[in-house]
Amino acid sequence: MKGMSTIVKTTANISFPFILIYGLYLIAHGHLTPGGGFQGGAVVASGLVLMLVAYNTEWISKRIKESHLSIFESLGALSFVILAFLGIIFGTAFFSNFLVGTETLFGGIPLNGAADINTGGIIPLMNFAVGLKVIAGLFAIVYIMAHFISKKEEKIA
Amino acid sequence: MNKRNLIAFAFLTVVGVFLIFSTFMMHPFGDPNEQAMDQYIIDNTVDETGANNGVTAVVFDYRGFDTLGEATVLFTAVAGVILVFRRLKK
Repeated sequence: MKGMSTIVKTTANISFPFILIYGLYLIAHGHLTPGGGFQGGAVVASGLVLMLVAYNTEWISKRIKESHLSIFESLGALSFVILAFLGIIFGTAFFSNFLVGTETLFGGIPLNGAADINTGGIIPLMNFAVGLKVIAGLFAIVYIMAHFISKKEEKIA
Repeated sequence: MNKRNLIAFAFLTVVGVFLIFSTFMMHPFGDPNEQAMDQYIIDNTVDETGANNGVTAVVFDYRGFDTLGEATVLFTAVAGVILVFRRLKK
C-alpha cells in the first residue's frame, strides 16, 4: 500500500512532465509530424500508468476518479462523431473536411506546399478528440484492473 | 522412423519448398501494381487537407470511417473491462 521505493517515485516525478509534454506534442502536431491522436494518447496514458505503478492505487484514486475517465472517454468519442456529422451539414459527406480553406480555426491554406499548426481543417480537432479518448480509455483499463487487484490483496491480507 | 514421422517430414518438405519458391516469386518491395491512388494522395494531400503528414490525412480524412471503427473497438474494449471488473469488485 506504500507504492514503490523513493528512487522509483523520484524518477517518476521527474520524467512524468516530460512524458506528458511529449504526448501532448504528438497529439497537437498530428497533422505535421509523425504521430497523431492514437500514438500521443498512448504516450500520455503510459505516463499516467507510470505514476500509478510508482505510487499506489489509493494515491491515484484521490486525484483521478473513475467517473472522470468515463466522462473524458465519452466526450472524446462524442466529439469525434459530432465532427463527422458536421461534415454532412457543412460539407459534402460524412467525414468531409469542411474547415479547410475557410480561414477560421485550423482552416488556413498551406503556402508553397508546407502546412503549419493552423492548417489541416478538422484533422487537428479529430486528433484532439481521439487523443482524449485514448488517454482516458487506455488509462481506465489499467486503473480498473489495478483497483481490482488492490481490493483482492486487502481481502487476502 | 515410423510412418507418422515420415508423413510429417514429407508434408514439411512440400510446404517448405512451396514457401521458398513463393518467396523468390514475391512481388518486389516498393513497386506496386496500381499507383494511381498512391500518386493522387501524394500529390493532393497538402492542397486538399492542409496536412503535411500524409498518413494522418489518410487516417482522419480520406479514410475517416475506418478510424471511427478503430475508436469503436477501443471504446468496446474499455467498456468490457470496466463491466467485468466492476462486477468482480463487489
